[in-house]
Amino acid sequence: MSRKIRILVAKPGLDGHDRGAKVVARALADAGYEVVYTGLHQTPDMIAAAALQEAVDAVGLSIMSGAHMTLFPAVIDALRARGAGDICVFGGGIIPKDDLAKLHELGVAKIFTPGASTQEIVDWVEAVLRPRLDAA
Amino acid sequence: MSDLEGLVAAVRAGEQRAGARLMRDLDDRQPRALEALRALHPFTGRAYVTGVTGNPGAGKSTVVDALIAHYRATGARVGVVCVDPTSPFTGGAILGDRIRMQRHALDPGVFIRSLATRGHLGGLSRSTFDVVAVLDAMGYDRILVETVGVGQDEVEVMRSAHTTVVVTVPGLGDDIQAIKAGILEIADVLCVNKSDREGADRTVRDLLHMLDLRPDGDRKGVEIVNTVATRGLAEGSGIAELAAAIERHRALAWDGEPGKARALKRAAAQVAELVRALLADRAAAALAAGGGLEAAALAVAERRQDPYTTAQAIVDAM
Repeated sequence: MSRKIRILVAKPGLDGHDRGAKVVARALADAGYEVVYTGLHQTPDMIAAAALQEAVDAVGLSIMSGAHMTLFPAVIDALRARGAGDICVFGGGIIPKDDLAKLHELGVAKIFTPGASTQEIVDWVEAVLRPRLDAA
Repeated sequence: MSDLEGLVAAVRAGEQRAGARLMRDLDDRQPRALEALRALHPFTGRAYVTGVTGNPGAGKSTVVDALIAHYRATGARVGVVCVDPTSPFTGGAILGDRIRMQRHALDPGVFIRSLATRGHLGGLSRSTFDVVAVLDAMGYDRILVETVGVGQDEVEVMRSAHTTVVVTVPGLGDDIQAIKAGILEIADVLCVNKSDREGADRTVRDLLHMLDLRPDGDRKGVEIVNTVATRGLAEGSGIAELAAAIERHRALAWDGEPGKARALKRAAAQVAELVRALLADRAAAALAAGGGLEAAALAVAERRQDPYTTAQAIVDAM
């Protein structure tokens, strides 16, 4: 039986704009995935703990506050500290182009910047996450 | 040590990553995971399982959140399984019950797992029993199972829980709703949540009336508890009273001889459910081998054959 892709969608930090996260969560569910949504104001530790218990394939973060250079690495570190560094981290939000290379270097698998369609996100999941899961 | 032995040892030691991955494999119906579950079975049966069910929006997640806090205050380790519906159209699901429980996210004594129904009817997922067994083997003392928001006929939780709490709210309907069969009948404890709202007294009265109409039987001890679960453990939330009512049901139903009879019924229900599931798998395989359901249904759609003969032929081919 084929496996079901599971993705955690979370909003770390203090900004309260969760419309984007909800739209993405809904689009991922519409694509046939199971989406765990944990809501606003999550700390990196809370996100990592939830990702571990939910055994997700990936964590999607939505960050509008400008704190992406801090929050992305913090979530990746928290996952690694729990022995769950294999869980893929991607994200989106208001993130300047100049930061993309650095985030990639820090271990973020993919960043979707404003203007990206939800279909692009689904295509990326199919191209990157699906083969990983089928190989597991 | 073999892989399997290693996995079993890790789960028994309560390692979250190992337990969580096993739950995932069980949900995805990986054959190896079933082997692990077989090996874990002797180490299960310690946990006390409370089911929480009720209408959408009644406050099930908030009641569960408050019960987690209550049991943690007593020192018990708490496992939680939350079930949300899978879309019948896309196969996807949004699992959002954790939102109301996130204050427990960093508590090492709490493990919360969200499941999607994946087409299973009855208010739970097919894997719910299995995930509860893993939590049990991991050493969680209290397991809370929250069903999807149910209508009137999703009563499966009754068979997987020791105590079933039905959460309702004031103002959902007139008293005829309360005397209908179904969801209210499976309650061991009735919880009237949001009881600070107008009409709570009336709801309690209607529920009492429903209980009075029941024929004599093992349901006579059903208690009705008023809660305002958003108040958590604060004075007047009713959560301590709810927990006490669950304990009284536990003593009434599971101590001594009645407990043995119930344990047998519970095991029988689990075996029956597994038999049904295995037969369904085999039927699906037989259908796939024969070109799929639509190929089989073509003659029915064109009215060349009746559906009963078609179904029987599929079963006979298994």
